[in-house]
Amino acid sequence: MRPLTPRRIIAICGLLCAVLFGVIVIALRMGAYPISLPDIVMTLFRGAIGRKDEIPSEFWLVIFGLRLPRIALGILVGAALSVAGTGFQALLRNPLADPYVLGVSSGAALGAIISLTFAPHLLGVIQLAAFIGAAATIAVVYFLGRRGGQLDSATLLLAGIVAASFLSAIIMFLLTTLSGRDLRGMAFWLMGDLAAPPPTEHVFIWFESLFIVFLISAGAIYTTASDLNLILTGEQEARHLGVNVNRVKLVVYVAASVLTGLAVSVSGAIGYVGLLVPHAMRMLFGTDYRLLIPTSAIGGAIVIVLADTLARTVVAPTELPVGAMTALAGAPVFIYLMRRRVR
Amino acid sequence: MSAGAGNGATLSSQAAAFVAGPRVRLKVEQASYAYAATDRSAPKFTLGPASFEAEQRELVAILGPNASGKSTLLKLLAGLLKPLSGRVEVDGFEVSGLDLRTRAQRIALVQQESELLFPLRVWEYVLQGRYPYGRRLRFESEEDCLLAGNALAQVGADALRDRWMDRLSGGEKQRVILARALAQQPALLLLDEPTQHLDIGGKVELLRRLRRLADENRYTVIVVTHELNLAAEFSDRVVLLHKGKSLRIGTPAEVYERDLLEEVFEAPLEVELRTSGRPRVILRGSH
Repeated sequence: MRPLTPRRIIAICGLLCAVLFGVIVIALRMGAYPISLPDIVMTLFRGAIGRKDEIPSEFWLVIFGLRLPRIALGILVGAALSVAGTGFQALLRNPLADPYVLGVSSGAALGAIISLTFAPHLLGVIQLAAFIGAAATIAVVYFLGRRGGQLDSATLLLAGIVAASFLSAIIMFLLTTLSGRDLRGMAFWLMGDLAAPPPTEHVFIWFESLFIVFLISAGAIYTTASDLNLILTGEQEARHLGVNVNRVKLVVYVAASVLTGLAVSVSGAIGYVGLLVPHAMRMLFGTDYRLLIPTSAIGGAIVIVLADTLARTVVAPTELPVGAMTALAGAPVFIYLMRRRVR
Repeated sequence: MSAGAGNGATLSSQAAAFVAGPRVRLKVEQASYAYAATDRSAPKFTLGPASFEAEQRELVAILGPNASGKSTLLKLLAGLLKPLSGRVEVDGFEVSGLDLRTRAQRIALVQQESELLFPLRVWEYVLQGRYPYGRRLRFESEEDCLLAGNALAQVGADALRDRWMDRLSGGEKQRVILARALAQQPALLLLDEPTQHLDIGGKVELLRRLRRLADENRYTVIVVTHELNLAAEFSDRVVLLHKGKSLRIGTPAEVYERDLLEEVFEAPLEVELRTSGRPRVILRGSH
């Protein structure tokens, strides 16, 4: 018997953070304008101690102007989608649940697009609209997925797939008819893309507020981690063991919708991360949500930063949408992991 | 009945009664329930008022044909349903009024197995029984592990500790589920058709184990079952339900009457009284 201890969580997360750091360094190096490792270290160091004027201007532009914001966005989006995925999997008691598969990402994207057409310049409105879109979609999918009062796994997924394609069609329609407007390309909303610049000049404040929203929502889900462990073995049984199931579900429902809305509003609908990362982490570290939530967050960040680096470089000088990359790499890896577990 | 468990008792004397451990552990007073499709429509199923008591170390069997209200009664006892009228008390506290964790510390309910979404080790599963004793993000203490280990030992599942739940046989799984309930350290142990997926050897073994747990751990054990003969052999008291009414309550010898059982179960039955004083039900030959 080896119960989970805080020390083990910290050790594993520390290890994953080291991997993430390595991935960040790789992401900083690679691109159309290659920068050597010592130059990266020097630029970061000088930037950190505030000696901006000693940095060559092209390094400053490439690292602080282009690559670092994009990496930060990737970390945020990957972590948010993965934590949302773990939340949805427990909430719906379905191992195949993820924001993209359930159509929640499409709902968030639609909300964001609608808000863009009506209030394009208000900061934060897109995020709010994306959250409302996500929450409304998951509510609809949840009720469509019930059969005889019970949540039915196959019906739920079917409802999600139908919702996703229906909402994508509306997005397509809107984007085609509103093409004159300041909208950021179809690929951004349908496949996910990290190339969009931050919508404000105060980049640090912008990222800071996004990360604060992420931390609050992910933290809210984390407070229910040991309840979710029990809910996964059965809702009725969790109730007998003293879990306030309705309260837990409400917290996870709202927080996972916020996370999806947050991710989609800044990067469009990136698929498979919320499905793939939690499963990979489960296979590596077990199913305990107290460990699964933080490892999924860091794992999601690693995957997206890596995928985006590949998307930027594989067919350079053109760029792939990062969502295409995650789908391209995600599907085979997932099949491999599934087959390995069966054996 | 011990002092302090009555309706008019003050809270402090109820607490004192709980510490001292009253003899009467479960008290069901005219508890009834009705299911309806909506609040206004006529009830589809009604469980008439039922009253009985159970003491420490007692094993009570709830018997009856399908749709007689057995599971509803068990849910009332577990506090999952609030009785429409009357009350259900455990150690002097009204069950439906207890907060969720306190209830889970006093009452453990073993239901028919549910499907696990992700693979889990046996010890992880049993440790879940310690949940009601922890706070939010609880990390299991050494004491929790010790109690979970004891629970596994008590059901003879020590060797299964590191196995995966989804690789266990029906009988092994049943024992592990029971172990999780024991890890809750309940006063009242409720089981909903625990013998359903077991062969005859497994059924006898399970009831023997429950009998021993009631005797050794001073549990009050309530079992919903279809097994008339096993109930007759191992229980102290029987509650016979039929169409939502509790027809008769008493020792197996008092309840097992040929005419009564034939009417309730709609089958040609014969009841013998064995030398042990316990009845035995056999199917009357139809030739």
